[in-house]
Amino acid sequence: MRVPDLTLPPLFASVVSRLPATPPNLALVTLLNQLLKRGVLPADMSLLAGRHFAVDVLDAGLRLRFGADDNGFVLDDGHAEPDLRFAANAADLARMMLREEDPDTLFFNRKLTIEGDTELGLIVKNLLDSVDWSETPLARFMAA
Amino acid sequence: MKPLPELVCPAGSLPALKTAIDHGADAVYMGLKNETNARNFAGLNFDEKSAAAGIRYAHDKGRKVLMAINTFAQGVDISRWQRAVDQAADLGVDAVILADIGLMDYACRRHPRLRLHMSVQGSATNYEAVNLARERFGVVRAVLPRVLTVDQVRHVIEHTDVEIEVFGFGSLCVMVEGRCLLSSYATGESPNTHGVCSPAKFVRWEQEGAATASRLNGILIDRYGAGEAAGYPTLCKGRFDVEGDTYYALEEPTSLNVLEVLPSLLEIGVAAIKVEGRQRSPAYVAQVTQTLRAALDEAARNPQRFSVKPAWQAALAKLAEGQQQTLGAYSRPWK
Ligand code: SF4
Repeated sequence: MRVPDLTLPPLFASVVSRLPATPPNLALVTLLNQLLKRGVLPADMSLLAGRHFAVDVLDAGLRLRFGADDNGFVLDDGHAEPDLRFAANAADLARMMLREEDPDTLFFNRKLTIEGDTELGLIVKNLLDSVDWSETPLARFMAA
Repeated sequence: MKPLPELVCPAGSLPALKTAIDHGADAVYMGLKNETNARNFAGLNFDEKSAAAGIRYAHDKGRKVLMAINTFAQGVDISRWQRAVDQAADLGVDAVILADIGLMDYACRRHPRLRLHMSVQGSATNYEAVNLARERFGVVRAVLPRVLTVDQVRHVIEHTDVEIEVFGFGSLCVMVEGRCLLSSYATGESPNTHGVCSPAKFVRWEQEGAATASRLNGILIDRYGAGEAAGYPTLCKGRFDVEGDTYYALEEPTSLNVLEVLPSLLEIGVAAIKVEGRQRSPAYVAQVTQTLRAALDEAARNPQRFSVKPAWQAALAKLAEGQQQTLGAYSRPWK
């Protein structure tokens, strides 16, 4: 299964950006905490605690915001300037998460924007890379 | 016919290691989570547990694991480097990749049965250096810096029993490796001292309208226009203002790719071909390993009629830094 090369239509973005952002944020934070609890996400929370993150799904007009504390991921009020911001279209974010595409490749090709604290960015990227999906039911979705 | 070179692939994490093995690497190389290796990036590399798991995975499939301990032991306390060698030996790696001759001495005395490879950071570019390392420390393989032509590599191979490993693909470091201090001027850290030449804590990426600017400790390295391919923020790949002209004064963002000269490398008898990129993700490892595996097997099957398949070039081009590729020093037709 490969992610098809498509960009979401502008209409989609204009609708989504008017919806309240909390449900997707809550879903993301809940998912991350689940992965953390099951040991799938081998995160050292002390490296992430107190930091604010933003993931912009550009073509979906979706701006995900969350934070972290010593115990896990938390909802973010969205007022603080994020320490780290990833931005890309939905298909490219999906490729990155499914390991079809390397973030550096997307970055070199200018399909992925990373802004903010570069060291934090590396920690997050390397954290995602070190997840051993083969140990989880999600393995069948992964490329390779 | 000469045996096919080993394909040696990068592993910055356990999933990358497994991916490399699954896609046809004969050996993988890894480092520990500290400054004893030249890719000392936050969150990258192995602790004892993941290293043991990786070694087990590789050995179960009959492949090898090499441990890079390839920075130079610093300061008064070099115990961390020695401990890394001990750890590697205890873990049962197939070889350690070392640059520091003091550490080679330690390794060959303390662990006489541990295979020693000379790292590219050790900067041996001629057979006298390689043979000396064998004579003194029992080095069995040397990785050559990316500065020699195919003929020069042949010359080294013809005059030594030490196995010779060369780079096959990856971001290009233009210096005679192990001798670059460029980043020290900007950050006080360099590959040989801190295992990294664009330390993340000094790197800033900023959107400036449609352009992206990269800065290393405040120094503007480059500004990429909307459609322009980007590269790593290393000083050597920056665009500089030289007497009123702004251009890549040292090197363009580019990756080395040896596919074109693969038959020559086989013919001269290189023992191993290495892929750069422990900092890259499993997706990169999968794509490069698979492509080079296919090319090597094809070159072995059909050395006379070997030609580079467009699909291989396309797969590698996409992964290249700055989306550009070069044969680097391997081909210097004017020479
Ligand atoms: S600054 Fe460039 S030449 Fe120097 S070590 Fe880094 S990549 Fe190599």
